[in-house]
Amino acid sequence: MERIPILRMGEFLLVTIQVDMHDQLAMSLQDDLTHAIDRQGAKGVLIDISALDMVDSFIGRMIADISGMARILDARTVLVGMQPSVAITLVELGLSLPGVATALNVERGMQLLRKSLSESDADTATKR
Amino acid sequence: MRDKNIREQSVANKNSLSQTIGKRRQIIQTQWVRQLGEVLSDSSKGRLSSAEVSQQAEQFLDLFNAAAESRQLDDVHGSEWTEVRAFLDDLSRRRVAAGFASDETATFIFSLKRVLFDVLREESADDPAQFAANIWQTTVLLDKLGLYTVKSYQKTREEVINRQQQEMLELSTPVVKLWDGILALPMIGTLDSARTQVVMESLLQKIVETESQIAIIDITGVPTVDTLVAQHLLKTVTALRLMGADCIISGVRPQIAQTIVHLGVDLQGVTTKANLADALALALKRSGISFTRSA
Repeated sequence: MERIPILRMGEFLLVTIQVDMHDQLAMSLQDDLTHAIDRQGAKGVLIDISALDMVDSFIGRMIADISGMARILDARTVLVGMQPSVAITLVELGLSLPGVATALNVERGMQLLRKSLSESDADTATKR
Repeated sequence: MRDKNIREQSVANKNSLSQTIGKRRQIIQTQWVRQLGEVLSDSSKGRLSSAEVSQQAEQFLDLFNAAAESRQLDDVHGSEWTEVRAFLDDLSRRRVAAGFASDETATFIFSLKRVLFDVLREESADDPAQFAANIWQTTVLLDKLGLYTVKSYQKTREEVINRQQQEMLELSTPVVKLWDGILALPMIGTLDSARTQVVMESLLQKIVETESQIAIIDITGVPTVDTLVAQHLLKTVTALRLMGADCIISGVRPQIAQTIVHLGVDLQGVTTKANLADALALALKRSGISFTRSA
């Protein structure tokens, strides 16, 4: 069965969705990703969906779910490279993905992750 | 049985119509051109020269006669009438361009009736039954052609309207690059679903092309904001956020601010500014760009 590769980059995980998402693939990605975060102690997850040009409500929901799960596991999720058509579809479906950080491309997404990581580090430092 | 009779009879009639036209061609054309000159109102004379009218009349009679000889007089949508229809399409297009009304355009065909009737009467003076049949057939045929002309006229007009609408839509939604990474969208006119869709798509597309991080939607030119417009704006803002760009709404006039609050629209998550300058200042600040006044 095909699976979406999860790449490790330092303390972040990089997921690039290059194929058409179907429900089974989405479910297995959810499963793999949560396990990978747990196993590797990742602090951030970057999901690149620039090659995805069609979404349905299920995939939209799955993206929101992944973000929620990652936050519970103490990792921030940034969604990068969403196509205009996908953005319009999600808005029309009423899935505005609250709480999910977004960026235009992988580079900006990485910046965002690093920034939020250093901010949260500063937070813990001041608390101590 | 009765059908067959009628068909045979009409075959004979068809012959006589095209024969009559062939025989009396010159008279028909002269009288028709005169008729056309009479019915064309004074205002339209300036727009259409008499030479052009007589040339159109001649061309039409040529095509009409050729089609009438084919004996397919009942169905003007058949292949025999293709050239006549093409001529009428072209005629309607010219008349639309010259600013003629639909009735003036259709008169071109209908004015042929009287001329043809006169000629038919002379031809079949000794046979009233034949005359009546011919008249009926000619009337039906010319009515169909006239209606076709009106239809074609309307189609051309609609094409013009559609094109203008499309142009207006594109004209009214330019996406402007204000700074590296900052786009502005000055919106002018009333927002409806179709326009918002175009606005949203062009803005999002531009965001992808230019990799801009901040978009400013300026609604100074939007006369009123109701719940629907506000909802459209919110959708655009959400879509922008999903793509990873920030959105600032500027040009909110006091009147509009009052309306929005009275309507109970929640613009909490959206950054709004009173004018474009403030929005640009904020956008520059967010991009980490600062200016100093020299000396």
